[in-house]
Amino acid sequence: MLMTRDFSHYVKDVDPQIAHLDLAVEGVSCAGCMAKIERGLSAIPDVTLARVNLTDRRLAVEWKKGALEPALFIDRLAELGYKAYPYEPVRAEVEEAERSKFLLRCLGVAAFATMNVMMLSVPVWVGGDLSPEARDFFHWLSALVVLPCAAYAGQPFFQSAWRALKAKSVNMDVPITIGVVLALGMSLVETIHHAEHTYFDAAIMLITFLLAGRFLDQKMRQRTRAVAGNLAALKAETATKFVGSDEISEVPIAAVRAGDIVLLRPGERCAVDGSVVEGRSEIDQSLITGETLYVKAERGTQVYAGTLNISGTLRVRVAAAAEGTLLAEITRLLDHALQARSRYVQLADRASQYYAPVVHATALLTTIGWVLAGASWHDAIVIGIAVLIITCPCALGLAIPAVQTVASGAMFRAGVLLNAGDAIERAAAVDTIVFDKTGTLTLPELDVVNGAGVPDDVFQLAGRLALASHHPVAAAVARAAQAKAPLPGVTEEPGRGVRALFEGEELRLGSPAFCGADVEANAILSADPEVSVVAFSRGGQHTVFAVRQLLRPDAARTIDALVNRGISVELLSGDREPAVRHAADALGVSAWRAGVTPAEKIAHIEALKSQGRVVMMVGDGMNDAPSLAAAHVSMSPISATHLSQATADLVFLGKELAPVLAAVDYSRKAMAVMRQNLALAIGYNVLAVPIAIAGLATPLIAALAMSGSSILVMLNAMRARRVRLGGASWK
Amino acid sequence: MEVMVILVPLALMLGLLGLAAFLWSLKSGQYEDLDGAAWRAISDDDQTPRPPAKEPA
Repeated sequence: MLMTRDFSHYVKDVDPQIAHLDLAVEGVSCAGCMAKIERGLSAIPDVTLARVNLTDRRLAVEWKKGALEPALFIDRLAELGYKAYPYEPVRAEVEEAERSKFLLRCLGVAAFATMNVMMLSVPVWVGGDLSPEARDFFHWLSALVVLPCAAYAGQPFFQSAWRALKAKSVNMDVPITIGVVLALGMSLVETIHHAEHTYFDAAIMLITFLLAGRFLDQKMRQRTRAVAGNLAALKAETATKFVGSDEISEVPIAAVRAGDIVLLRPGERCAVDGSVVEGRSEIDQSLITGETLYVKAERGTQVYAGTLNISGTLRVRVAAAAEGTLLAEITRLLDHALQARSRYVQLADRASQYYAPVVHATALLTTIGWVLAGASWHDAIVIGIAVLIITCPCALGLAIPAVQTVASGAMFRAGVLLNAGDAIERAAAVDTIVFDKTGTLTLPELDVVNGAGVPDDVFQLAGRLALASHHPVAAAVARAAQAKAPLPGVTEEPGRGVRALFEGEELRLGSPAFCGADVEANAILSADPEVSVVAFSRGGQHTVFAVRQLLRPDAARTIDALVNRGISVELLSGDREPAVRHAADALGVSAWRAGVTPAEKIAHIEALKSQGRVVMMVGDGMNDAPSLAAAHVSMSPISATHLSQATADLVFLGKELAPVLAAVDYSRKAMAVMRQNLALAIGYNVLAVPIAIAGLATPLIAALAMSGSSILVMLNAMRARRVRLGGASWK
Repeated sequence: MEVMVILVPLALMLGLLGLAAFLWSLKSGQYEDLDGAAWRAISDDDQTPRPPAKEPA
């Protein structure tokens, strides 16, 4: 069979001569890597551009069209020591990038106007011997600068306020818009009437500070989305598709259509839903169902994305994601659970719900009060506007985004990615954590448990032989032996094992029957029925390796720390009882259930919620996705299936479970800082509003108070970076 | 005071020039990789790949 790799799906044409490819690159962390990759790729003839983006860890390559194959770049990067994968930005990511660019443009315009208007308004405030003509001149110039700039830079607020009003609701942007428009309109009238003071400077400064908050908020989302997008691309599966009767091509999943026939070799993870048309094998469905025992697969058997093919080669006809597939069933449960959760209201919106009406009422009452007290309409309205401006949620607008940005950066360094903007608020409230077992508390790969009793040279030899096999159990032996050099001349006997000649002796690695080691294998299995075994024979000597999924190295410590923080921990697994009992005992978790179906998981979480518990679900399998959505907040390891990752609010990296603890700690800290910031912002209003109501707020005082409170809130937000953990702080 | 009539618009002009420079640098993608840009400045690699000419569709 011929084998090619086809990534043309990802190649874009920049112009008729130049082709462009975006790659997500793993392991780029410094300027050295950047220079090495750019130099290495530019050295290839016909490459016109190789540019690394260090922020997003991405590489853009351009070359003369038709001259090179895209797979060449991936091979070249592999030679340089970097794993890369073609990358296609999802629509949401493109939109986020566009939005953040737009906000930055608005911020630039607003900052320009603010700085230049200050130059014009300071002489007016200071007064002195400014002639009325000069004052008018300054006011007109201010209007000339501020009006167009405010019209442009205020767009994000005006649009959002308009959308809210059209939907018959009120958000934070409504008082902002009213305040800005009133202040600008009033200032223009005052300018025309040669009045002493205008509010152009206050209005544009307000827009500038609020835009800074919006931009920070957007940047946080954009950054985590970019990194998460890369990780998704790096683990994006490929499928081996038949393009002729026996010609195969490795293609990205995005290029596989329903009705295609794909080849599934032993040890490969199935990337599609479909039915077997040829071949016999066993399938590991643990990622989907949590069941660790293998299922037999033959002609007509349904296979699902995320399952692992164990022993034989299969040809699979790809099915459309039709009704009745497992994915369709899970998607249905998922939609249901997500709908139930979308009612959650973010802290910032909750605050503004109460805040906006109070501000409007205060400004209105102030105006009416001054009229009743005998002031002219003109003066009363000016004071009313001063109240609107001074209460404008400037600090409030920065209070939450600033903390979120700081906390998301700190969490990223601790190995946690945020998928949802409100994940921090949700995670801070958690008092119960429900863990899935397989792939979450345990490592996704298998490991050898009885390696200590095996002589070193035997272990090494078994490991080198195991390198030739795709079988997951063999792979575990190769990993445990840290074998690097595969043995030459290895033949594979499907469903049984591999053998090779070494120094005149035959070596075998495979099922106990294949190696003649049934007795030893049965002894191990009767002592511990949970393990899988693989036998190794050399001459007449037999060794049997016991292999199982190990708990994450720090699982017990992390769960202990969670319990110390007053969080109750439960274990809910689709796996069989003995395996779950074993894990629960090892971790000291008393609340556990085994053999749970996806629907039962949801029911259990709903039951916990109805008891008033705030539940975090941590899981990785496709079967966990609905319960991830049903929980108040959810978390997945990066090894999880795409569906679970997409559903989870938080994704964690690495072999350890510690990021779960970090997520809780950082969220609680960030939430505390957010509350402090809200209190600061409200405290500022309590001080400033009476001054404004009394009619004492000159534009200078308003401007100083506003910037002062904003800067205070920003500085306080920085504190969300540090978290104390029983004396030791997270890095 | 008369000098203000010249100086103030002049100052505004300079401000506008700065704004135009900012908008141009934003449009040409100079804020897209701030981490990388910081390191490129001190890299002694004299190969300077040209920045992406157009956004690929």
